Amino acid sequence: MSAMPVLASFGGAFEFIFTPQRSNVTGGNGVGGIHQVVELALTQLEVTVLAMALALVIALPAGLYFGHRGTGELLAIGLGNAGRAVPELALIALMAAVIGVGLLNLTVALAILGIPPILTNTFVGIREVDRASVEAARGIGMTEFEIVRKVEAPMAIPSIFTGIRTATINIVATATIAPLAGVATLGEFIIGENVYGDNGVLAGAILVALLALALEFGLAAIQRRLTSKGLKLTPV
Amino acid sequence: MASATTLAAVGEVGKGFFHERTTQSCQAKPSHLFCWDWAREHIDRYGTPTLQQFELVAISVVLGFTVAFALALLAHRRRWLRPPLLAGTGVLYAVPSVAFFLLLLPITGRGRETAIIALSAYTLQIIYRNVTVGLGNVPESAKDAARGMGMTKRQILWRVELPLAIPEIIGGLRIATVSTVAIATLAVFAHAGGLGTQIYGEANLHFPTSIIIAGGIAMLMALTFDAILLTIQRFSTPWRRVRSS
Repeated sequence: MSAMPVLASFGGAFEFIFTPQRSNVTGGNGVGGIHQVVELALTQLEVTVLAMALALVIALPAGLYFGHRGTGELLAIGLGNAGRAVPELALIALMAAVIGVGLLNLTVALAILGIPPILTNTFVGIREVDRASVEAARGIGMTEFEIVRKVEAPMAIPSIFTGIRTATINIVATATIAPLAGVATLGEFIIGENVYGDNGVLAGAILVALLALALEFGLAAIQRRLTSKGLKLTPV
Repeated sequence: MASATTLAAVGEVGKGFFHERTTQSCQAKPSHLFCWDWAREHIDRYGTPTLQQFELVAISVVLGFTVAFALALLAHRRRWLRPPLLAGTGVLYAVPSVAFFLLLLPITGRGRETAIIALSAYTLQIIYRNVTVGLGNVPESAKDAARGMGMTKRQILWRVELPLAIPEIIGGLRIATVSTVAIATLAVFAHAGGLGTQIYGEANLHFPTSIIIAGGIAMLMALTFDAILLTIQRFSTPWRRVRSS
């Protein structure tokens, strides 16, 4: 396990990322290279964004509503727990085998993975807002909608973002096995091992990790900007 | 080279599976969602993968818990360690498990060790955060009382703070364990076996019955782990039951 072969493997992977390599399978056609990398990365980003948008549209209003009303705790918490137990590989494979492959089906399957963490964390975040603040808002004549928008949601931002980040991490990670559902993401280099070879597999892994980390850091930056100054001052 | 031959072997076996399946009664309806006859005849096929999956999860969670718990105790004493540890475990959590398995390939090769390293790294953030939160939530009054009784720092930690933090600690352990069971199906990409072997692969991918059985076993395993940990949580915090009843 000396350092040299390890370095050589990673070197080969980086070469694969930047310049097309010859593959034994495609009969001389180059595989890899920066063009294919960018194309696949954009597809992975696209399905991730689409699935996140779908999950947000469903889970965020539901979490805000149930959290504000203080009802549906069993549903919100139970769904979060059950969602975690769903094996991603089985979900994607089953969807591909039963409903069929394609971008739309994949988006729906990935959104299913994203809904539980957003719903649960939004619900919990809203529930944990100090009831006195809510009563004060009601006292100065805010409507229920204003209370959610101006008081509860801003104070629940850290928890809501925990949900959004968990959902994004799950979705972008699972989008790696999207080639099983007929959508070529960066996972193509990994699933298509026979075509892309060991360099391709490692390159795929590096690229997927970088994409996920970029999303994670991006969301953390957005969270910092959205958190109100007053909340940042008080140590949580 | 070794991996190429293994893959070829897997391919051969896969063809065997597929042939075997298409000659069964399910052949009449290729779109059959669940084939009971096949399931009854082949249920013993899932024994070894289930056991492998169980081992992967158990070892990874125990390993992850040990490391995360130690890190949390360290951060409890030295506050300045908290931000870097949270960030570091956060990075490990964000790396997709499939990528993690494969990034380890040049270093640890294919197999169980690779899967266990990646899976336990994934649990660190969840457990570390919950232990830290649990210790942070211990009321100052309880610590004061302990100090008043003449307890040392170490005694306060082990006899007052940690017992009071048990709900959060086990809460983290539950989340980590359930997620790990689900993610361990992906260990097939590290050639580490597990239930993923009955989902991934030429023959299985087009055969819903096998996906449903293997996925179902994984979910059942996750829920069983969850129920066991919940029971442990109840029994280890008797004061909570007294208060609620």
